[in-house]
Amino acid sequence: MIEVKNVCKSFDSKQILFDVTTTLETGKTNLIIGQSGSGKTVLMKSIAGVHRIDSGEILYDGRNIDLLPEKERNHFRREIGMLFQGSALFDSMTVRDNVMFPLQMFSNMSNAEMEERVRFCLERVDLLRALDLYPSEISGGMQKRAAIARAIVLNPKYLFCDEPNSGLDPKTSLLIDRLIQEITHEYGITTIINTHDMNSVMEIGENIVFINKGCKEWQGNNTEIYDTGCEALENLVFASELYKKIKKAHMMGI
Amino acid sequence: MNALERVGDYTLLMWRSFSKPDSWKMFFKQLLRELEKQGLNSIPIVVIISVFIGAVICIQMRINTASPFLPSELTGYATRETMILEFSSAILCLILAGKVGSNIASEIGTMRITEQIDALEIMGVNSANYLILPKIIAFMAVIPCLVTFSICSGLLGGMGVAYMTDMITPKEFELGIQYTFLPFSVQYTIEKSIVFAFIVSSISSYYGYTVKGGAREVGKASTNAVVNSSVLVLLFDVMLTKLLLS
Repeated sequence: MIEVKNVCKSFDSKQILFDVTTTLETGKTNLIIGQSGSGKTVLMKSIAGVHRIDSGEILYDGRNIDLLPEKERNHFRREIGMLFQGSALFDSMTVRDNVMFPLQMFSNMSNAEMEERVRFCLERVDLLRALDLYPSEISGGMQKRAAIARAIVLNPKYLFCDEPNSGLDPKTSLLIDRLIQEITHEYGITTIINTHDMNSVMEIGENIVFINKGCKEWQGNNTEIYDTGCEALENLVFASELYKKIKKAHMMGI
Repeated sequence: MNALERVGDYTLLMWRSFSKPDSWKMFFKQLLRELEKQGLNSIPIVVIISVFIGAVICIQMRINTASPFLPSELTGYATRETMILEFSSAILCLILAGKVGSNIASEIGTMRITEQIDALEIMGVNSANYLILPKIIAFMAVIPCLVTFSICSGLLGGMGVAYMTDMITPKEFELGIQYTFLPFSVQYTIEKSIVFAFIVSSISSYYGYTVKGGAREVGKASTNAVVNSSVLVLLFDVMLTKLLLS
């Protein structure tokens, strides 16, 4: 479980996050949603330790990483897996080398053991056929899956996904969403997904945190989202006619 | 960002880069890759440029020192001294600042804007150490070989002129390049080039690593890397020449 307490973050003189407090649960897909520019990426990157927060604290299963010595903090980072918006695969390496990279850096496995682990992770994301291809030779959806395989290869406790569906077609988006959810349940990972894809919200939103103008305005799950009483959230989630109809049908119990 | 802040930023980055690698195996893997990229791949351009410059220096020297009062061996002597003392260290490093420096800055810069460096940091990898240290060590290790190639190619260029024209005989050129040869000159030029290699690779890495924005900024960083490392190479050339030769 990750506890975020009174977190504030600013860049130069512009404050992005205002006193954000929330809890992200273990074994669930935790979604951070909000409009573009609302501060959700900054919040996620602050939780992941990419940005240093100005005030407040972030506790990972009770541990405050800011208080850990440098060496332990680096060791702790190995418990984190991250899926970036653009996949961030190393373009000079094949898919195999990308997935093997964390193992080569931090594990004492033999080459055969590493190869076996890489094959297992790629099979899990159904990408074994792309083993020897470079990122530029595979599609966007395959790149995301390769990045997921790399993120889970060290058995992380925490998985961060920054807009995992951006640039993907609806069918591939759904596949990626389901894959992330399955992995989360299977390995009991605390997964944090930053998204503004409403299909993801409805599909895998087990714990949703809504960020508006740098403040947390609502928290709940995908069944509670139909009746939040939060105007900004309703304007975001039920912006399209389709979702308005879905909400109406849901409220009428259809 | 003012100049003083940049110097501070650069120093901190070098401090992070020159630390113990997270994995020696990966460090050596990267080092070999860089040795190939910066060393082996630079040999053709170094040889081509050096052969032609050696030939041109030989022709120029012969034309401008054609006098009954000057020995004809002077052409070979002047070609050798120019190649060893300045061209194969300073000018070669200026040329390599364009090739290797821009390559380093654009490679690291692209990794920065495509979040590959963030991915390394998230994994707990010291990205500065992993990306920058092998590039600096590789370039510093390979530059003495490139300098040696350059000197030899330059002299071969001059010898080619002696063989292919009637400006000077090969024997006269050979006598010239052997005349009062000081092995210290080669040591001096290699020492200088190692310092220049550090400047080019570290400055280029700094500009690449600190890129913010998109493709336009990567291009700008690459240009800044070449311009600033070239200026620093020239500045240090003056300082080192005074220090080592006076």
